[in-house]
Amino acid sequence: MDSTVIATRDLVKTFVVGDHQVKALRGINLDVPRGEFLTVTGASGSGKSTFMHIIGCLDRPSSGQYLLDGQDVSTMSKNDLAGVRNKKIGFVFQGFNLLSRTTALDNVELPMLYGGSTLKAAERRRRAKDMLAAVGLGERMLHYPNQLSGGQQQRVAIARALINDPSILLADEPTGNLDSRTSIEVMGLFQRLNIERGITVLLITHETDIAEYGTRTVAFRDGKVLTDKPVLRRRAADEELANLQEPAEAV
Amino acid sequence: MSFVMVLTVAFKALARNKMRTALTMLGMIIGVSAVITMVALGTGAQSSIESQIQAAGTNMIMVSAGNFQQGGVRMGQGNASSLTPDDALAIRDVPGVQYVAPGVNTRGQLVAGNLNWGTQVQGTDVDLPSIRSWPMKTGAFFTPIDVTTASKVAVLGSVAHEQLFGADIDPVGQVIRINNQPFTVTGVMTSKGQSGMGQDQDDVVYVPYTTVMKKLRGITYIQNITVSAASAAETTPTADRIATLLRSRHQIQDNNDDFMVRTMEEMASVRVQATETMTALLAGIAGVSLLVGGIGIMNIMLVSVTERTKEIGLRMAIGARGRDVLMQFLVEAVVLSLVGGSIGIALGLGFSKGVTAWMAWPTKVSADSVAVAFLFAAMTGVFFGFYPARKAAALDPIDALRFE
Repeated sequence: MDSTVIATRDLVKTFVVGDHQVKALRGINLDVPRGEFLTVTGASGSGKSTFMHIIGCLDRPSSGQYLLDGQDVSTMSKNDLAGVRNKKIGFVFQGFNLLSRTTALDNVELPMLYGGSTLKAAERRRRAKDMLAAVGLGERMLHYPNQLSGGQQQRVAIARALINDPSILLADEPTGNLDSRTSIEVMGLFQRLNIERGITVLLITHETDIAEYGTRTVAFRDGKVLTDKPVLRRRAADEELANLQEPAEAV
Repeated sequence: MSFVMVLTVAFKALARNKMRTALTMLGMIIGVSAVITMVALGTGAQSSIESQIQAAGTNMIMVSAGNFQQGGVRMGQGNASSLTPDDALAIRDVPGVQYVAPGVNTRGQLVAGNLNWGTQVQGTDVDLPSIRSWPMKTGAFFTPIDVTTASKVAVLGSVAHEQLFGADIDPVGQVIRINNQPFTVTGVMTSKGQSGMGQDQDDVVYVPYTTVMKKLRGITYIQNITVSAASAAETTPTADRIATLLRSRHQIQDNNDDFMVRTMEEMASVRVQATETMTALLAGIAGVSLLVGGIGIMNIMLVSVTERTKEIGLRMAIGARGRDVLMQFLVEAVVLSLVGGSIGIALGLGFSKGVTAWMAWPTKVSADSVAVAFLFAAMTGVFFGFYPARKAAALDPIDALRFE
């Protein structure tokens, strides 16, 4: 099997806003090998979010090809795309997008209800509990989103993205709504998932220092790839966190 | 996605939006119960108005002797002697006729003990209470045997009863004298008040018409025949048939009738109008109730469209297919409608019974109103619950997530 998980060829996305045509993506060619931690940077309006939505099968390109595990996604039916989102891709949003008035546990369990899973209710519950414990929320499983801090909500969202064992984790500005310390914690989680589980991570950020947690960084401008280079001096979130330890306060 | 999963998701969604669930159901409950109660009240009122008008005798036909000419002199009603008990018997067989009572009257002086009272003595038949929907206060009306044997029995109107005995004394079995002949009292009518013409209908004593003919007046004819048609609608055709019958019995060729047939057409048209008004009122009340309930349901559903569209976007983003989402919303809407509608029906039935029990207002729950109210509420609920969901499920997930 090819080690390239994601491959795009001349990916174009055009929005029609009123009478105007807005070209969000103007031909993106990008290959992402398995196990990579790719960060995507760029100013707002550079097309990085649109790119991420297409990669996450939440949106469809106007033209061009997108191969996921060698399969051309642009020819898939809506139902097949739903299956891909359910099984292969975990998506983490900037705004968390948790179901309100629903416990952390129920939120994490949700993807297992879709996609024809045959797991028993008790088994689903157990897996959701394990996943919440793995992201460090074992104590707060029955809390509602509005009873959790931003960092905790983002961990619930990450647990939800991981529950069906996807091979790709997509994150759209996951630290955008978080303070710097919480941001480092969340980035640490991504790094661990990438290193320990071998999950391919694509992460959007407009902060260059956050981009340095990845192994490779791509900069977008005006719907095109501006630069594409490996991260020379990769930051390690866990070490930084250890150094920050002293004035530690509960999040 | 299995049906069990759909149910799980739908019930969780209902449970986590308790306020919306409750308010939507409230709309259903108010709509359905209001329609059922209002229509039950209205139908009850309608039937009691109808029976009141019926009691006033809309289906009554009065046949009277009269309009009798003798050499160009027209004598006026009641003076001819052409109407006979045999005419009354023949009228009994006319199609559409329910009750027949021959009538012959006289004035009489009534004496009971040391009291006396002059009043109208009306000879009639046993069907009179049925024709006039007129119940007894005490005792019983006289019997067919009393009529055939021309018995000296009397039934008092309530005014005659008060004047001869006093209201507190039961006169049944007592003997009174009418024009110096002894009559046994068999019963007293309830008070009916004034008639439409302003006559006091209670200042009267009823005796068999045969008794008036043979014992009090010594005549062989009768003055009038009171007939009731089987239904109000049958009144006019029945009256026409009676006129035709009497013309052939009396061998009348030119239009020189020696009798008159009258119906209470005015009353009948009042009745028709009252029924029409009540029907329109009911339709209006039901319509307004349904509208209020429907708008309540619609508002709650539409207010939550934004939130629910985002929810649909999220569910699709984590792998729900369009069909899964639609099934979830359909189940939600159907459950809401069934539960809300059932509670509404139960409350509507309860209110109707309660109004009858506590306010003594007759109510009649109509199956139509239950069905229409329930169906309308359920359709409103399912439409406004399902239609926005269908639109949202057709979007790309990212558009649904970003919906404002």
